[in-house]
Amino acid sequence: MTQEDSGGQRLGIVVSGSLNKGIEVKLDSSASVEEMAVGRYVTIEGEKRRFFGMITDISLGVIDQKLTLTPPDVSDPFMAEVLAGTSTYGTLHVLPTLTIGGDAASLLEGPQPVKTVPIHFSTVNLASQRDVELVFGSEDERKFYIGTPLDMETKICLDLPELVKRSNGIFGKSGTGKTFLTRLLLIGILQKGTAVNLVFDMHSEYGWESRSEEGRKVKALKQLFPSKVAVFTLDEEGSRRRQVSTDFVVRIGYDEIEPEDMVLLRQTLNLTEPAVEAVYQLSRRFGKNWLQNSLDRKDSEETRELLKEMSIHESTYQNLQRGLATIRRLPFLVPHTPDNPVKRILEYLDQGINVVLEFGRYTDITAYILVANLLTRRIHAQYRERMEKAIGEDIALPRPLVITIEEAHRFLNPELASQTIFGTIAREMRKYNVTLLIIDQRPSGIDSEVMSQIGTKITCLLDNDRDIDSVLAGVSGKSELKSVLSRLESRQQALIFGHAVPMPVVVRTREYGSPESYKDFIPGGEAEIRKQAEKDIEELWK
Amino acid sequence: VERVGEIIEASTTDFVAQCYELYQSPPLGSLVKTKDLPVELYGIVYNAATTSLEPGRRPIARGKDEASEEEIYKSSPQLLQLLRSEFSALVVGYRENEKLYHYLPPKPARIHGFVHLCLPGEVKEFSQSFDFLNILINTHLPVPADELIAACLRQMSQVYEDPHPFLVAAGKELAILLSGDFNQLKAILGRIKQ
Repeated sequence: MTQEDSGGQRLGIVVSGSLNKGIEVKLDSSASVEEMAVGRYVTIEGEKRRFFGMITDISLGVIDQKLTLTPPDVSDPFMAEVLAGTSTYGTLHVLPTLTIGGDAASLLEGPQPVKTVPIHFSTVNLASQRDVELVFGSEDERKFYIGTPLDMETKICLDLPELVKRSNGIFGKSGTGKTFLTRLLLIGILQKGTAVNLVFDMHSEYGWESRSEEGRKVKALKQLFPSKVAVFTLDEEGSRRRQVSTDFVVRIGYDEIEPEDMVLLRQTLNLTEPAVEAVYQLSRRFGKNWLQNSLDRKDSEETRELLKEMSIHESTYQNLQRGLATIRRLPFLVPHTPDNPVKRILEYLDQGINVVLEFGRYTDITAYILVANLLTRRIHAQYRERMEKAIGEDIALPRPLVITIEEAHRFLNPELASQTIFGTIAREMRKYNVTLLIIDQRPSGIDSEVMSQIGTKITCLLDNDRDIDSVLAGVSGKSELKSVLSRLESRQQALIFGHAVPMPVVVRTREYGSPESYKDFIPGGEAEIRKQAEKDIEELWK
Repeated sequence: VERVGEIIEASTTDFVAQCYELYQSPPLGSLVKTKDLPVELYGIVYNAATTSLEPGRRPIARGKDEASEEEIYKSSPQLLQLLRSEFSALVVGYRENEKLYHYLPPKPARIHGFVHLCLPGEVKEFSQSFDFLNILINTHLPVPADELIAACLRQMSQVYEDPHPFLVAAGKELAILLSGDFNQLKAILGRIKQ
């Protein structure tokens, strides 16, 4: 029997366990503890069914406690060899997650969530490539190859239509590859055409090329899929300097800013509660022009009269004025715009063209929150309207939309989550075909209610306890996954769990950034870009 | 097949054989067999002794005026007839209808059955299973079990081109059997390592 037929290398046998706490496996003497790794997959050959699980802990055992008190002389190789696997042995802690029944019917059904444990002394093997394929499927028109499991060449695939049905999150400390993962995921969604993306690109990384940490130039969406991506920018100059071909320059008129937009900025602008209340009052009085009106207003007798009339305290007003002055300094805000960015974004999205909004040099969180929230709220409202119409008139539903936001904890924190549109989208989920892709480095800062609604979580290394807890909240086998998560390598490794994968999985993410890698992303039709990729490769060798 | 003796005493668990030549008993721990058709019994030599033919008559020292030990036997040739060498073997398995069993046979060996030393091929075949180790550990013998087991494994390992894997495998089996007594295990392992 070849190794593939037998289902991978034999590791040991099941000696104890429970469904809740996982299964203890005693390692054979032929399997070295040092060659094991948490996060690897194993199959357990039960009597009637096969179990699929992940190694979550590895420990050492001795058959007789005396050995630990008077250790044998292991400098003698013979002694060491005899004792290994007999008197001293390794144990694996395996978290079973799926079962595959033995009969034909259950083979067709595919892997099912685990509801029992294998019998005593069942054989445990390292999962073979075929096993992993059976569980995660292979690349097809729905599934997108995201990476490979540890120490294996098999492709781990994400079911993208399933993925975009819910909001998703990408977490990880800074520098662990969140941006790369996000690019991959966006490309996947783009490639499979399952949804359109709207990316609020705080650091201008997704639209046009940027540099990787090693200083290598990395292509982004627009370069790979020029016909499917439009780059919008807030910072025209900056984009021009970076030689990005932008499709639209976003300008926002004062009259488009509503009091709800100010609520979100309360923290960043340091506004008091009464000051926010005052915004509503001003808006009621002056309508759409409230902001222009407030900005223009001088410190005069008339103003004092007005404040008195509206019973706004003077200090409150000053506090508001200070906040508004910050907004006024944002150059992309103009008194009035002829073109409506929301309309333009929707036009592109309707054609199936993905929109990346670059913030350029306005990486200030105030600008980000203001713009992202303002645009999203209106787009969401439009989608909601269309969806209701589509249901009512029985016509095609609007194309699913995925909105990507960064630094999510800044506006999905417990104080703001209930007020922002993003909190609403995360909770309402797919009802209106709009979902979120949340990118964040401090998941503990995100409202737990929002976190609980995230369908699929992809997390790179996290080492803060609170962050880990919040990411893993409510997942079965939490403590086991915790040990896996905190031991991820700091680059190119991620733990994926949730709706789009049948079981938690640690992947080494697919390569991104080399000319070859680009070639894989581009579907057959676009020969042009293929040529470009080949040219890039040639250039590398010059 | 080298004949090493003839059975003069037999029980279910062991047999005693007398050597045809004085001092010619097989080495400690070696695998011997005796036929009692259709059954072939296997034993492991655990003890050997050379005594006077008559139990009450002990040999006396004779070498006071002799130059060498050989001279003693030369000057008193009757000695070879008055002494005898015998060895005891622990029954550890049997073969019936070409099949090897690593446990006690249904009947003990026959008196006057010839005892042969097993050939390397046979030793190899017998040592495919370590079930006999359990018998060696659990039988109460006049020789220390550690010594016997070590001697037996050393003897058996000689038939292998590379004795190391065999000894390691045996050591692992012992480690499981002696899981509660690490000191005994250590003593045996110390005696079989090369």
